[in-house]
Amino acid sequence: MGNIFDEIKIYGPGFLEASWTVFGITILTIAVSWACGLLAALAQRSDWKAVRVAAGFYIWFIRGTPTLIQVFLIYFGLPQIGIRLSPFTAGVIALGINSGAYVAEIVRGGLTAIQRGQTESALALGFSPAQTMRTIILPQVFRIILPSITNEAISTLKNTSLLSTITVVELTLYAQTLIASTFRPFEFYIAVAVIYLVLTTILTFVASWLERRYANLG
Amino acid sequence: MSDPLLKLREIRKSFGDNEVLKGVSLDVAAGEVVSIIGASGSGKSTFLRSINALELPQSGFMDFEGLSFDFRSESRMFPTPSQLQSLRARVGMVFQSYNLWPHMTVLENVTHAPTKLLKLPRAQAIQEAEALLSRIGLYEKRHSYPARLSGGQQQRVAIARALAMKPRLMLFDEVTSALDPELVHEVLVLMASLASEGMTMLLVTHEIAFARDVSSRVLFFDKGVIAEQGSPDILQHPESERLQQFLHRILHDKVGHAISNDSGQGTQA
Repeated sequence: MGNIFDEIKIYGPGFLEASWTVFGITILTIAVSWACGLLAALAQRSDWKAVRVAAGFYIWFIRGTPTLIQVFLIYFGLPQIGIRLSPFTAGVIALGINSGAYVAEIVRGGLTAIQRGQTESALALGFSPAQTMRTIILPQVFRIILPSITNEAISTLKNTSLLSTITVVELTLYAQTLIASTFRPFEFYIAVAVIYLVLTTILTFVASWLERRYANLG
Repeated sequence: MSDPLLKLREIRKSFGDNEVLKGVSLDVAAGEVVSIIGASGSGKSTFLRSINALELPQSGFMDFEGLSFDFRSESRMFPTPSQLQSLRARVGMVFQSYNLWPHMTVLENVTHAPTKLLKLPRAQAIQEAEALLSRIGLYEKRHSYPARLSGGQQQRVAIARALAMKPRLMLFDEVTSALDPELVHEVLVLMASLASEGMTMLLVTHEIAFARDVSSRVLFFDKGVIAEQGSPDILQHPESERLQQFLHRILHDKVGHAISNDSGQGTQA
């Protein structure tokens, strides 16, 4: 084992780049997941049965199948029907759709926590149902679900390591290539673990800052 | 009565098999203050809520300021979503449970609808809201969140929020029922001052004294119909046996006020 500073000099830039990839995937995945989750949660309250059934199926399928299989379906499966995605894009879509199902359940729970009177008082003033949802209900739901949605974001962040299996050069795959040439799995996997810890800790700090900011309300 | 502000004909509403409104008709002239009394389950709240279509009647006709609705779903005059919005924007409503929005300050609660729906410039909306809040004595609380206010204060803000839309008609649905007794007065005072300024008001209430002193007309609901109506005198000299019984129950049975809400007959032995 050489000098630790030399090692950082050699492998550091590669790890940094892989960390940026993880960071980028996570941010984009969270965006996809919130969009899917919100849509599915609202779809479950739709007046149209077909829409409710579709949303229910989505959540049922995602929660009942392994994340890794969902990733494989998107990356290896879709080309068979002519949809070829880059590993990065396939990864973001797969993880986003996956996390979206859990976000949908969180949002659904948040929605049930808002009293009917909140909606009625907005409707009674002349707001449309969509305006009511957007300006009155969802801002309150967001405050309620912030802690659970943080947990979900953290598990999304950790799930990015699954994308090593579809050749996204994120932390895990980068470490594996180094291990293949150096035969030092322990150090390199520890390094990956430490970087993930730093990332999840940052995410937790951001979330608790948001929570403190909005905590003073009813 | 010259051209009423609000005209309702044969309003019917059922929940499942339970017919709550059995063809109620009513004209309200501008400036009238109409109190609606009756036991719980008599349909009075549903009636009030069908005036701004928070409950859509299954049939009946309505006229209000150029809006004409026929509530039969197959009718061509069935209200469209945008007609409903414009009806509700001109009819203010205050609820038993205040329903202020907890994520907005008092001022934001009052300015939200005028800025979003009437497209009032922000500065003007704030100015008008502050004037309203001064009037109800809560100017100092304008930057507080609702959770920091007492029930009476919240209810006054809820009234200000509705007034900010400059409604032609105000609906009050048991607005003092959730309040601690010592907070009821401040809300009633505000409502009385609105009435004296000529605001057209319909209120569902258990405050018989208030109904007697402030309203121009009293409706007694029983089993989905207006069983008796007239000047507030009917509260002193009720004609129908049902109104006599009702008044007797709520005036002489203080305990029953709370109990009558759930069980009808008091079980205090």
